[in-house]
Amino acid sequence: MDINYISSFIFAVVVAGTPLLFATLGEIITQKGGNLNLGVEGMMYIGVASGFTVAYYTKNPILFILAAVGSGVLASMIYALLTVTLKANQTVTGLALTIFGTGFANFVGETITTNSPTRTAVLDAQFMSFFKPASIPGLSSIPILGKLLFQYNGFVYASLLISITAGWFLYRNIHGLNLRAVGENAAAADASGINVARTKYLAIGFGGAMSGLAGAYIAVITAGGTWTANSVSGLGWIAVALVIFAGWNPYKAIMGSVIFGALRVLRFYIPKQVVDIPNSLYGALPFVVTALVIILTSVYNSKEIQQPSGCGINYDREER
Amino acid sequence: MLRRSPNNVGGREPLLRIVRIREENETRGILLRILAVVAALLAGGIFLWALGHQPLEVYAAMWKGSFGSVMSTQGTVKIAIPLLINALAVSLAFKMKFWNIGTEGQMIVGAVAASYFALFHSDWPHFVLLGVMAVAGIVAGGLYGLIPAFFKARFSTNETLLTLMANYIALYVVQFLREGAWKDPGAKGFPQIARFAANARLSLPLGVHFGWIIALLLIPAVYVYMKYSKHGYEIAVVGESEKTATYAGMNVRKIIMRTMFISGGLAGLAGMLQATGADRTLTDTVAGGVGFTAIIVAWLANLSSPVILMVSMIFAVLEKGGGYIQSMFKISASAADVLQGIILFFVLGFEFFIRYRIVLRNRGE
Amino acid sequence: MEKGQAKLVNAIELKGINKSFGTVVANKNIDLTVRPGEILALLGENGSGKTTLMNMLSGIYHPDSGSVFVYGQEVHIVSPQDALSLGIGMIHQHYKLVENLTATENIVLGTRTQGQSTKVLAEKVRSISEHFGLEVDPNKKVYDMSVSEKQTVEIVKVLYRGAKVLVLDEPTAVLTPQESQKLFAIIRRMRDEGNSIIIITHKLNEVMEVSDRVAVLRKGESVATVITSETTAAELTELMVGRAVDLSIERPVTEKSEPILEIVHLGVRNAEGIEALKDVNFDLRKGEILGVAGIAGSGQKELCEAMAGLHKVEKGAILYYKQNIVGKTPDEIIRLGISMSFVPEDRLGMGLVASMGMTDNMLLKTYRDAKGPIVNRKPAKDQALSLIQRLGIITPDTETPVRKLSGGNVQKVLLGREIESQPNVLITAYPVRGLDINSSYTIYHLLNEQKARGVAVLFIGEDLDVLLELCDRIMVLFDGKVQAVLPAEEATKEMLGLLMTGQKLDQVRGDQHASTKS
Repeated sequence: MDINYISSFIFAVVVAGTPLLFATLGEIITQKGGNLNLGVEGMMYIGVASGFTVAYYTKNPILFILAAVGSGVLASMIYALLTVTLKANQTVTGLALTIFGTGFANFVGETITTNSPTRTAVLDAQFMSFFKPASIPGLSSIPILGKLLFQYNGFVYASLLISITAGWFLYRNIHGLNLRAVGENAAAADASGINVARTKYLAIGFGGAMSGLAGAYIAVITAGGTWTANSVSGLGWIAVALVIFAGWNPYKAIMGSVIFGALRVLRFYIPKQVVDIPNSLYGALPFVVTALVIILTSVYNSKEIQQPSGCGINYDREER
Repeated sequence: MLRRSPNNVGGREPLLRIVRIREENETRGILLRILAVVAALLAGGIFLWALGHQPLEVYAAMWKGSFGSVMSTQGTVKIAIPLLINALAVSLAFKMKFWNIGTEGQMIVGAVAASYFALFHSDWPHFVLLGVMAVAGIVAGGLYGLIPAFFKARFSTNETLLTLMANYIALYVVQFLREGAWKDPGAKGFPQIARFAANARLSLPLGVHFGWIIALLLIPAVYVYMKYSKHGYEIAVVGESEKTATYAGMNVRKIIMRTMFISGGLAGLAGMLQATGADRTLTDTVAGGVGFTAIIVAWLANLSSPVILMVSMIFAVLEKGGGYIQSMFKISASAADVLQGIILFFVLGFEFFIRYRIVLRNRGE
Repeated sequence: MEKGQAKLVNAIELKGINKSFGTVVANKNIDLTVRPGEILALLGENGSGKTTLMNMLSGIYHPDSGSVFVYGQEVHIVSPQDALSLGIGMIHQHYKLVENLTATENIVLGTRTQGQSTKVLAEKVRSISEHFGLEVDPNKKVYDMSVSEKQTVEIVKVLYRGAKVLVLDEPTAVLTPQESQKLFAIIRRMRDEGNSIIIITHKLNEVMEVSDRVAVLRKGESVATVITSETTAAELTELMVGRAVDLSIERPVTEKSEPILEIVHLGVRNAEGIEALKDVNFDLRKGEILGVAGIAGSGQKELCEAMAGLHKVEKGAILYYKQNIVGKTPDEIIRLGISMSFVPEDRLGMGLVASMGMTDNMLLKTYRDAKGPIVNRKPAKDQALSLIQRLGIITPDTETPVRKLSGGNVQKVLLGREIESQPNVLITAYPVRGLDINSSYTIYHLLNEQKARGVAVLFIGEDLDVLLELCDRIMVLFDGKVQAVLPAEEATKEMLGLLMTGQKLDQVRGDQHASTKS
């Protein structure tokens, strides 16, 4: 096991963990605003499908990103309208969004592939070239470190930037403080003059944008530009669990997404000659670990690290 | 001293306000739910029209595909059975405000347990075998549901996420068995599990496997259980407020675990029925998403057993019809899933009008 | 009043305000004026519509009709933001603070901080507090604060936003007499600086003590507005209730008997693992009402729940006729033949199932009696009907969800059910909180009836005047310890107030003795 093997493992881990990071960040902000949105998986699917479709027909990378992010936002607005304005049950609404989103993506995918002569759909090569790994002159070619730090695609760097900004926003900015107040005690925030509904809508919208972005990533990086059914396959749910694991903290989310990224790629880095683990076990691994994480964090929970009290409750000013 | 405010100071009263309704009305609730489904079908119709189809033609075709012939009716019923039983399972848990999203996994585990006996003890007398398989399915599903219940009861662990993870894990268990210990040696290419021996299959009264009789029996059973039994009362109280339940001397932990055992058990039974009755083998798709659809059904039925029967049939029509229109109109079969999601959105949205009213600005005092 | 200046415009003027919730009319055609530089008391019993009216001023509700004028200008206040920008700040009865943020963070929430650092903001908070004589630790987390400290944060919060009109909703409900006096001094200071203060209250002595004028509400309508110095408590009572009423509470004399319940060296930890009760000793006798006074969080909740078998006991014993019931569940206690009833503070959240009707709520304690797996609703329904008649409960029928009933009726259902089982011990926590006068007196009457029957009653209350009148003995809890158990005749409000904040009994008695001498 030489250094190149390890560095390529780490590279793969980061690449696998990035979509998780986007989705997790989005849901952290959403939940900090007191909204439990279980529709992350569905919004990611919508992002994948919309982005892929736009990319397939327009071959334009900017439109692609806009489509993925925009559709994620639109999808999240369904959730926002239902829970914030119409005060529907948050858990069930999120599930509805997932069911809808998954169905929508399958529908779009089946429609495109049915209409294609090869029964598959692949994105144009020139379009795909916009997303190849970065090559910064000088830095990228540093042996080992170059690959580890400077050869990622643009999404990866964007995810780190967004994490750090989110952390600053939550803990050092008055609007982040207002958001946290809305999530903990909407009545107190309301009485302080904060527009609770608008804050929630914005937080939910950000979550949708991030899920959409994760979808874009999956479409071009994970799936490599080829339409794949079930491309998200549970990542959205892992992201929701990751929010708990990260203690609703954007900085810790980076660490969490790295760990779960590792779980996803482990099977390719433990050769069968060393130890033969069946595929199904590798497949189950992220979910088993997530379940353990959920259980352990609830067993050892502390007072400071708790889900924002407002999650699951819809605020109604006139409710007596 | 007087600061200018961005909105209405010195300005007009807002145009629209929402007002909580104090006197809720059951009839209003039912009407609104029906209205929601109609609205959803309309929205779906617009969606179909945008794709270049005639909505009425498509809906009519869906109906024809579901009930047009004896065989299609049988097919629709076959789809409804696991959906109905799962929805009953979901309703039990939801009444307790335990968000059991895991009936999919509980169903799979039940199917696995039943399949063990089908594959390795197919020489037992027919009814004994089937009986044991049913019990195995119930117990396995029940235990699988008990695990998240235990953690919720003891540590307040989030049951939604845990049951979800359990779904995926169950899927991989089947894959594991399929590729390993239970692999059919006679299968060429794709690894799969052998078909069950005739002795392990359910009989087919009226052309549909025995499950439909069980499903019909379960409806009044669950209804009576929820409305008239002591357990049902306990479930209702715990669902409303654990504090009140404890105050009344109820053992909340026991109630949560017992109810989830039953919920998981019902799902497990559905799994056994699906494996022996419909599939005649064990595959990854023994549940096939029915766990999620069951949630929509239960919610739409407002957790009421008799209404669950009706709604399950409606959704079975959507699905069977969906398969039919795929070949007829080249519409993706996933259209049914999309439509189901839209229906749930509308139902959730319309529930707002059960609790609130919109008030227009007063014209003059 | 007229200080040689032209008459100033009214700070607040409400004209013809109407507000209904469904079929319930909360405010009917109300007129109200508040002048700059005055303290106005908004007096009315619970349920008279005072809080609803003020909630419209603070932007929580919107009037169905009527006009609101602030410093002479007509306004439409549709959100708390509007109220705050108009200079109106409300300190609610149930504080609206975010528990896991600091005082400063709560105070600056929703304002424009222009990137100023926490240190700068904390300084601002400190200077405003000092100006008004308020004590606030800017960096303390709210969950670490006492009730009185939280109230101070609420006050600084509105002052920080430049409020000139302050509305305080039942501010002294959870304060000791001494803390109340401090609050009054602060309010007077604000008034002298030209601010207007509206105090919502149902306590006559407060009105007489601190207000300049009184506006009386009764059943949602404004009945009169008088100058405090020109009226009396009796007159105000008549205005408030609608008839001349003797507000004293009966205290029937019963034979003193032996203790039925002895609490010995009781030690209990709360959910966070902190000691809530420390070495508590007292006894409860048949045919008496033992009152429990204490500031919120002194251990009252844990005491009730421990006695009812709902809370784990770490140390000590609870002896029922010498039999220790510690460690037994409520079910086991019932099966031992011990009949204890508990009317909790949280009526709809704990004592009753809010979405169920009276019948199903009657079942809460008795559903197990039926033989077999099926629940028998008939006896429960009969019980419900009988309670409706005996206690005068106003409800459409026995199946109407109890959350639709008014506060007084909810409490009658709860207390009624608990008395039905003919308990020997009755534990009640804040049984008349939020209740109108008639309902309150019905409750006192019911409790006295039980006492006359020989029941041992534990009464946890917050209104010291009520405790002093109703109870035979009064126990004061502070920080989980019993400060004193006094016969009611020997106690005064001031003594109780001092004990509630931790002073020792002999010192309090000494002070009392000294002050009565002089």
